[in-house]
Amino acid sequence: MVEPLLIIDNLHKRFAHVEVIKGVSLTVGKGEVACIIGPSGSGKSTLIRCVNALVPFEQGSIKVLGIEVNDPKLDKLQLRKHVGMVFQQYNLFPHRTALQNVMMAPIQVLKRNKPEVEAEAYALLKKVRLEGKEHSYPGELSGGQQQRVAIARSLAMKPDLMLFDEVTAALDPETVGEVLITIRQLAEEGMTCVLVTHEMGFAREVANEVYFTDRGVIVEHAPPASFFANPTDPRTKAFLSQVL
Amino acid sequence: MNLIAAWFSHLNDTTGINFTVFYDPFDRARFVQGFLVTLELCGVTITGSVMLGILGAWGQGAASIWLRRLVQFYIQMFRNTPPLVQVYFFYFGLSALLPEVKNSLGMSQPLIGGFVWASISLICFAGAFNVEIFRSGIEAIPHSTIEAAEALGFTRLQTYRQVVLPLGLRICMPALTNNLVNLIKTTPLAYAIAVPELLYVSNQIWSDNENVPEMMLLLFIIYIALVGVLVFIMHRWERALRVPGLGL
Repeated sequence: MVEPLLIIDNLHKRFAHVEVIKGVSLTVGKGEVACIIGPSGSGKSTLIRCVNALVPFEQGSIKVLGIEVNDPKLDKLQLRKHVGMVFQQYNLFPHRTALQNVMMAPIQVLKRNKPEVEAEAYALLKKVRLEGKEHSYPGELSGGQQQRVAIARSLAMKPDLMLFDEVTAALDPETVGEVLITIRQLAEEGMTCVLVTHEMGFAREVANEVYFTDRGVIVEHAPPASFFANPTDPRTKAFLSQVL
Repeated sequence: MNLIAAWFSHLNDTTGINFTVFYDPFDRARFVQGFLVTLELCGVTITGSVMLGILGAWGQGAASIWLRRLVQFYIQMFRNTPPLVQVYFFYFGLSALLPEVKNSLGMSQPLIGGFVWASISLICFAGAFNVEIFRSGIEAIPHSTIEAAEALGFTRLQTYRQVVLPLGLRICMPALTNNLVNLIKTTPLAYAIAVPELLYVSNQIWSDNENVPEMMLLLFIIYIALVGVLVFIMHRWERALRVPGLGL
């Protein structure tokens, strides 16, 4: 058993009168990849947004590297240095070039010196295969390219955990591939990842554990081989039969 | 220079169209002085009101409800009252509450002079509009962009300086230009508290020479030129801020 990096225990989250997460528990070990799948509105995105304290939650516990997210005295900056997040809509800073987007957080947040960060930023953009696009603005890049800049931007903070929130959902089928290659590469290098995704094929390939959520609970979870071959819960079966 | 003076002097002799400021050294000197005061007033109030707008828009998004209420109170105060009343409020109202000081001649004079009061009141007046202008720009930024900065560990101040302000400024540029044009056109209010700016010295000149229409014409031309220069600078700035693919 690998050492756990992320422990979610009995998480509850409500928006006004709607309880969107009703007691979710899961553990992700260091270097593991967890995929969360499920129909829209099942609380997947909310779940991972709780992990880096983008949304507060009422009940339960989330621990990242031993840092309790539900602590009222939580130092959010400390938490976010460990947790990188990539969004469905890329959310790049449109007034900064690709290179500047990658460099901003290490310089502003970590107060590191510029030449060093710049060298790393070039290397990161090369890693996500965007060599030559360093000085392009987000508006000049395709969706897939923007999403890879967003991944590089998160990696520049050297996180221990990466959260991916439906990062390919806004892309056309062809560009989905180029983003998934980058994520797979990260997983192979041992980055701990939590992915909310609708890419079943990809989940099957890279995940250590697949979680199926519906109406705020984890209905079923298993390693991908058995999850996709022998789903046990009727809701999982119904969902998989529709999407596969 | 002499040629111009001679021509305007001749113009006066033959037609009675009397532009004293072009041939009379004394009138020219005070007119230039008034122009410089107006320029200074414009420079100080434009800079001050933009900074106040930036600060106020920051305060509007603050966590403290008291700070937000204070900003709201300020906006209501200065947006909903006539600027002339504001100038009087500062110069006659607040100034009277402050102690007087002795100047070098041993006479007592107010602690804060007319120029400073005019600057303060015009900054407050235009600043109130600037806060709302910046807010309109800030509110047009997608929340998800700000969330991305948050997720990267930016503090609220860092997010404001690095993301919110540069993007918001690009969006609200046309509205900001409008308000600054208005501000330039409001500076003659300083006349009401005897600040020797352009309108004030013009009044002195036309009182001495009875050349009201000529001086009025000059005033119009100078204000058109001043606003033209501001608009030119703002457009250049807007273009310099333009980002490829952003559509702003």
